[in-house]
Parts: sequence; C-alpha cells; structure tokens
Amino acid sequence: MINVMHEIKVAGQQINMPNPKRPVFLNLLQIRLPLMGWVSIAHRLTGVMLFLLLPLPLWLWQQSLNSVADFAQVGHWLEAWPLRLLLLLMLWWFLHHLFAGIRFLLLDMEIGASLKVARGSAIGLLLLDALLLVAGGWWWL
Amino acid sequence: MSNVLSGLSAWLVQRLSAIYLLLYTLLGLVWLINTPTISFPLWHALFAQPLVAIATAMFILALLMHIWVGVRDVILDYAGHFAALRLTLLALLGAWLIALGIWSAAILLEGVLS
Repeated sequence: MINVMHEIKVAGQQINMPNPKRPVFLNLLQIRLPLMGWVSIAHRLTGVMLFLLLPLPLWLWQQSLNSVADFAQVGHWLEAWPLRLLLLLMLWWFLHHLFAGIRFLLLDMEIGASLKVARGSAIGLLLLDALLLVAGGWWWL
Repeated sequence: MSNVLSGLSAWLVQRLSAIYLLLYTLLGLVWLINTPTISFPLWHALFAQPLVAIATAMFILALLMHIWVGVRDVILDYAGHFAALRLTLLALLGAWLIALGIWSAAILLEGVLS
C-alpha cells in the first residue's frame, strides 16, 4: 500500500533506501484496530479520563467529612442528575479500566495469551462494557 | 525526570499499586454492602480509625504512583520525540500529583483529628 522503500542508484548499483518523502499514514478513521486493540486503547482512555476527573471525588470526599451540613449537601448533590450522571460515567470507565487491567495482569502471567483466548476475552470485555451501559441506562429510567 | 520510576520498576509499581487499589476497593465495597444507611458520624468515625486512615493514605499513595506511571507512558508515547514538551508535561504531571497528595493528606488529617 505504501511505497516505503525507495530505489536509488549508487555507483551504478541499484540499492533500496527508505523513501524520505514517504507518506505518514495516520488517518485514525482508516486504521483498522483489532478487538484487543480497542480494549487496550479504551484502558488507556478510561485511565486518562479518571485521572482528569480525580479532583471531583476528592472534593466530594473532603466536603462529606467537613460537617453534618456539608455531608447532607453532598447527599443532595449525589441525587441531582448532573453529578449522578458524571459519577456513573466514571464508574463505567473505572469498571472497564479494572477488568481490562486484570486481563492485562493475566496476560503478563501468560494466562489466556493465545490469540484465540485473548480475542475471546477482548470480545467478552467489550460485551460487558455494552451490558453495563445498557444496565446503567435501564436503572436510570 | 524521565528516569523517575521508569523501566522495570515502573512496570512493577504499576502492577503492585493496581493490586492494592483493587483490594482497598473490594474492602470498601464490602463495607458499603454491610452499611444500610451511612450517617455523618458513622462516615466520619470510619476514617478516624487509625487502620482505615493508614490504609486510605496508602491507597492515595498507590493511586498517585499508578497515575504517574500510566500518564507518563501516555506522555512518552505521544510527546516522546519533543524533549522540551515531554519534560514540561512530566513536570506538570509531577507537580499536579504532589498537589493532589498534599490535598488528600490534609483531608485525611482533618478527618482524623477533628
């Protein structure tokens, strides 16, 4: 697809060199990631999202330990939909991050590392993600 | 800076911290299931227990180390070729995590002492 090697002549001899003008092909919409790749990139994305939103639970924790009134206030915030939605999303991301992480730990120990089993566990995990999303939506409505 | 927790030790820290975070989370879940209604006195007393306070402090420390290794990997993957950008991002990340650590310590100390 991409002509990486570039034929040049040096002292009358034909040799292959990397083409300095080769196209860098990073169109994300055209890269076809295997299912294991989706689990991996989602593990990374969920981790970064949880990291970015970490001040929120930390702040709620601080408020909840302040006083009886602040504790009750946190309770009211948790019942309001914006915070509830955000925390549910964080829970969803956390669960993916957790299960994908356990899967990677097992892969480190060469458990389920064959292509067949690894693909199966990746599909299972993505199905679980979808199931959790549906269950969350169901519980909400 | 980029040698802080790199290579094999980073790999190990990432996994050991993950296991501790999981254990703490499971214990927290058990506590939640066994506590029908959470009142302020109950919640406050929970973190005032020395064992819970120490376990929580260790949880925060493990979480910050876990974040350091994970986000550092992301930075090195996407900004690894640009030394100045890489160092800036790693420094910002380190400062941010230290700030979160101090904040968490303050919350915990207030919870224990007050």
